[in-house]
Amino acid sequence: MNEIQNLTKGFFRENPLLVLVLGCCPALATTSSAFNGLGMGAATTFVLLGSNVVISLLAGIIPDKVRIPAFIVVIASFVTIIDLVMQAFSPELYETLGIFIPLIVVNCIVLGRAEAFASKNRVFSAFIDGLGMGLGFTMALVILGSIRELLGSGALFGLKFIKGDGILVFILAPGAFIALGYLIALINRLKRT
Amino acid sequence: MAKRESTLKNMVLSLSLIAMVASACLGFVYSVTAKPIEMAGLNKKLEAIRQVVPEFNNDPNAEMFRLPTGEGDSLDIYPAKRDGEIIGYAVNTYTNNGFSGYIGLMAGFKPDGTIINISVLSHKETPGLGTKMSDPQFSDQFKDKNPVSFSLKVKRDGGPVDAITAATISSRAFCDAVERAYNTLQKGGLK
Amino acid sequence: MEYILIIISAVFINNIVLSQFLGICPFLGVSNKVNTAIGMSGAVTFVLVLATIVTYLIQTYVLEKLGIGFMQTITFILVIAALVQMVEIILKKISPPLYQALGIFLPLITTNCAVLGVAILVIKKDYNLLEGVVYGASNAIGFGLALIILAGIREQLDLADVPKGMKGVPVSLITAGILALAFMGFTGIVK
Repeated sequence: MNEIQNLTKGFFRENPLLVLVLGCCPALATTSSAFNGLGMGAATTFVLLGSNVVISLLAGIIPDKVRIPAFIVVIASFVTIIDLVMQAFSPELYETLGIFIPLIVVNCIVLGRAEAFASKNRVFSAFIDGLGMGLGFTMALVILGSIRELLGSGALFGLKFIKGDGILVFILAPGAFIALGYLIALINRLKRT
Repeated sequence: MAKRESTLKNMVLSLSLIAMVASACLGFVYSVTAKPIEMAGLNKKLEAIRQVVPEFNNDPNAEMFRLPTGEGDSLDIYPAKRDGEIIGYAVNTYTNNGFSGYIGLMAGFKPDGTIINISVLSHKETPGLGTKMSDPQFSDQFKDKNPVSFSLKVKRDGGPVDAITAATISSRAFCDAVERAYNTLQKGGLK
Repeated sequence: MEYILIIISAVFINNIVLSQFLGICPFLGVSNKVNTAIGMSGAVTFVLVLATIVTYLIQTYVLEKLGIGFMQTITFILVIAALVQMVEIILKKISPPLYQALGIFLPLITTNCAVLGVAILVIKKDYNLLEGVVYGASNAIGFGLALIILAGIREQLDLADVPKGMKGVPVSLITAGILALAFMGFTGIVK
């Protein structure tokens, strides 16, 4: 597989959220607006990139039996770094994303890529893979966030288009499930044709 | 690359090495970000204080003191001073009667007990309904009112406060929090 | 009384799956059959309560004592991973029937964000040990409730004529959305 395919597979063919349906928890919880989705996506991408690169470097020296705990330590370290940095320099976003920043650690996408790809490939490929997957996840979050923000408050990235309150339920929990459900159904439909 | 064998020595060695490097990195990042994190929290508090009291030139955070509410806990009071003279108190007050429980407010009072302004610090109310308590349309009706003559009750309970449409519970809770702040100040003997 | 509040709030009002969005992966993954759903709920309850106790003790007696709160994420996830392994080994030894029932779900629990999420929430909410345990247990019950209800509905859905693109995950998500809508009706029952 060449590197360009490697990069783009995360966007469509193997989009972690819309096709593989991984990482649902943060995707539902943090997409009440397009901007929050973007912030969550960026944080996840950072962790994916960092852990993919480091794990690819370390894969040779980690004995097979302890590789999962070792991967978890690496991932948790990157999560803590982004956690502290956001707390320091973007406290408002940190507050809205809340508990879902430390929970990146249990996001199946990150451990999944480490185990399935990074530990078996060269550093550069692992970097590209992390970048593609991260951006694909971010894209999915922004799309979902935009849909919910547009329907729920008639705005996009905080800019108001439609007067009035919008369909509140889309900002609340039920709307998250329903919006993601229809989005995945749409992707399924497109995939077949 | 050939995988290292999974002997006990190798496993313990590699795991502890990774854990040590990871902790060292985290310790470093923590020491770099500790200061900005503290500053960010402080700025947020000062910003809230600035919104509810007139312009001051002291450091309300350093002069913060606590007064008991009489319900077994206490509230943080931030005195605002201009050239050494007290011009207002910002009270970090709360209520547990919100539609979804806890609501935190910063309420500003003149020394005579008149409300200057109120800002919402944290809440979990229903978006689009209870969240409207942060809007000026609602909170402005408390401005320049003295709770001595302006009872902190919504109209449905026989008071003067216009409740938010479809969010009477949130409005009632808001009043409860302001009243707690006022009573605490009065009981503390701050006139 | 306080404990009853915690229980009702965690099971119904702030249901961990339907309003806090924790543990969605197993929620969608193992809700095909009511039987597997019950097995998963049992395993989660077991691990969640145990993890809450252990992480609470570590936070209070190790992390806070040493002033290294920033190591929270890394310590908690390792503790939970180790705990799950240990539970698996012990169950295999002392109670093979229970292991048969819960065994296959145990490895999945490490990456169930409900466990780590609740462990962090207990610390964030400043609960004491007993409150933490009650909170953990009621969240586990809430998780089980949502999971079993969804599994019941999905068993019926198998018989329905669902459009092709909607089969599987999408229709489950939309069902979950409607469930969440129903659970929203519980907000406000505890004031």
